[in-house]
Amino acid sequence: MKNRTFFWFILPSLITMLLFIALPIVSVAVQSLHIEHEAVMVEVENCGPFGCKQELQVDVEETAKLKEERPLGQFNGLGTYTNRNHLAFSEIGLAWRSSTGFVDFMSKALNLPFYRALAFTLTYTFVVTPLVIIFGFMIALGVNTLPKRIKGPTIFISLLPMIVTPLIGSLILFWMIDANGILGATLQRIFDDPNLSLKASPALTWIMLMVYGVWHSAPFAFIVFYAGLQTVPADTMEAAMIDGASRWERTRYVVLPHLMPLTVFISLIQLMDNFRVFEPIVSFSAQASATSLSWIIYNDLVGTESQFFGSAGATSVLTIIGVSILLIPVLIRTWRDFNQKVV
Amino acid sequence: MFLKTITFAGAFALLGSTAIAGCGISGGNVSVLSNDFPAIQAVTSAAAACAGDGVTVETNLTKDHKDIMVAALTANPAQYSSVVVSNSTLVTLMNDGLVRPLDEMVAKHGAALSKSQLITVNGKVMAVAFMANAQHLFSRTDVLEAAGVDGIPATYEDVLAAAEKIRASGLMDYPVALNTKAGWNLAEEFVNMYMGTGADFFKSGTAEAAVNNENGVATLEMLKSLVAYSNPDYLTYDSNATQAEWEAGNLALATMWGSRGSAVLDDEGSTAEVVSGTVLSAAPTWGNDARPASTLWWDGIAISTNASDEDAEATFVAMMNGISSDVVKANNDAAVWLDGAYMPSPASAGVSSTAAGGAAPYPMLPFMGALHTALGAEITDFLQGSESAKQALADVEAAYTAAAKEQGFLK
Repeated sequence: MKNRTFFWFILPSLITMLLFIALPIVSVAVQSLHIEHEAVMVEVENCGPFGCKQELQVDVEETAKLKEERPLGQFNGLGTYTNRNHLAFSEIGLAWRSSTGFVDFMSKALNLPFYRALAFTLTYTFVVTPLVIIFGFMIALGVNTLPKRIKGPTIFISLLPMIVTPLIGSLILFWMIDANGILGATLQRIFDDPNLSLKASPALTWIMLMVYGVWHSAPFAFIVFYAGLQTVPADTMEAAMIDGASRWERTRYVVLPHLMPLTVFISLIQLMDNFRVFEPIVSFSAQASATSLSWIIYNDLVGTESQFFGSAGATSVLTIIGVSILLIPVLIRTWRDFNQKVV
Repeated sequence: MFLKTITFAGAFALLGSTAIAGCGISGGNVSVLSNDFPAIQAVTSAAAACAGDGVTVETNLTKDHKDIMVAALTANPAQYSSVVVSNSTLVTLMNDGLVRPLDEMVAKHGAALSKSQLITVNGKVMAVAFMANAQHLFSRTDVLEAAGVDGIPATYEDVLAAAEKIRASGLMDYPVALNTKAGWNLAEEFVNMYMGTGADFFKSGTAEAAVNNENGVATLEMLKSLVAYSNPDYLTYDSNATQAEWEAGNLALATMWGSRGSAVLDDEGSTAEVVSGTVLSAAPTWGNDARPASTLWWDGIAISTNASDEDAEATFVAMMNGISSDVVKANNDAAVWLDGAYMPSPASAGVSSTAAGGAAPYPMLPFMGALHTALGAEITDFLQGSESAKQALADVEAAYTAAAKEQGFLK
């Protein structure tokens, strides 16, 4: 196709992406460089049902004037990125100088909100992504060998965890693992420990969130692998069988290489999605034990009484940078495959 | 001449048939955002009765109202013409100039209001309060008696002793609960407990936090002792969860909002044994202070700046209807109403005695919200045992300072 034709063909997509993806990201980045104006405060008398008191209040007219002159706020440069709620350069420096060893430094660093969230987000991403691929592949292999009659219903049931809305699915699981719920009570009985509570310890909460993540995303990997299994070249498979390859050897030397591009695709999607983990933390009310980058953005905009746009913007930009870094190996592999095919 | 008569007659007829809705409002859109508990449900349904020709009334009752109110009222025109506010939410809205002064409307339509109901800031009426609320102690007297505890605990030290006796007698393993869900609820428990020491949250006259002191440490230690007698899932207990646990009969001593009183004492959702044994009393004191470890809250009506004047007036009249003496008489037990027609009842005994005991109102400072948020995020580490109290309070102050700098309260 001529380049010009290609250009006109993708122009609508380009415009939409520019309007709805590129420009908003630029706007968020600009917002992250600003903070609110200095509040002009004045001491006034507050009277109510419980009496009168002299208290500081914000002078609304003066602050409104400042906002009209410069609506974006004060320019803060990269100040928001380096403050305590984000990369915390000065706190990390202090921790480095004053800590007694690596473990001590890590515990001081993990005390900071951004690094605590980053720790959980990275752990979640690097545990859930491989497990999703492995389980998805095993389910696909299993379903592929089922007799035709029960294949259809089995596929439907296997897809259910992905179809259920994440917020609803995790809320139902939250009630089930409660000490009074069916899963929680069963676990207490199995481990013979009446004080066992999945919600109470951070370690168990992390495991529970990751189990939920695998349960919710494995069907996606399953259905992609299942489709791929239908296209395994029959000739190669027959040749392998004639050569005396065992079931395991056939899977390893014929099926897996054939499914490699799909595996790359799934890991791309899963890395991006798992890095933005958010719904399980909200539904499980797990923010005491586990926070993620998306959760701290949400908390800045909704969980506090006034909205911290600059802070949320800075965390968003850092999330985009994080996702880009994570995807570099996958993108390099895709680029290599693409170049090989062209040759 | 005939034509003239007809014209005049027609004009008079038209004037006479101008639609007037039940509350005396001639038109406008009333939309209300509020929290969700029985007293507010009564107020908003009475306000909704004003709907009629030309007047529409919409209400949104949600426990997440705090999360959406700033964005909803910043829009122009505002998405809601009024919000049911409390001490802290009014300050948040005033910081951004999102609510308007009500002096004119009070003069015109608020003849039935008493002076204590008018929330005046710098001489202007910014909200009209209709009920008072506070967290206080709920006790199961039957369980306390069975465990050999004398009377209802008056201090938190007594609460701990009673909990130990209940646990030792095998009646309940986790008899105590507070609203300790990580976030706003947990911070509110800290604020209430800290208020019981009489200390200030900020250095006087400034926005610098001052909680990292022996009062703060003692507060954290007291909270930790109390949650030792709570269900291990206490970090997920908001006020709905605590009420559910109480009504299920799993608790003997709980700190809950007074507005839960009528829901706990009614005949729905619980057994007769639990309801008959439930007694509401003042929030306990602790340490050497005689001040109840609680904060007094008022709930009231504020009107948006970004609503049209017609909508604002219609909303004010509708809400005056919602908090009128008839509504108070019909729902006497639902809250501690500030109206003159209110008669004290067992469901409100806790709030009245807490107020009588000298509890202070929740501070209406513009930067209190930032401290509240910092507390809710940083003290969980201490309660879970992974940090010392001093370290947790240092984290609170650091988190607060970062937030206050971003909001412009500190340089």
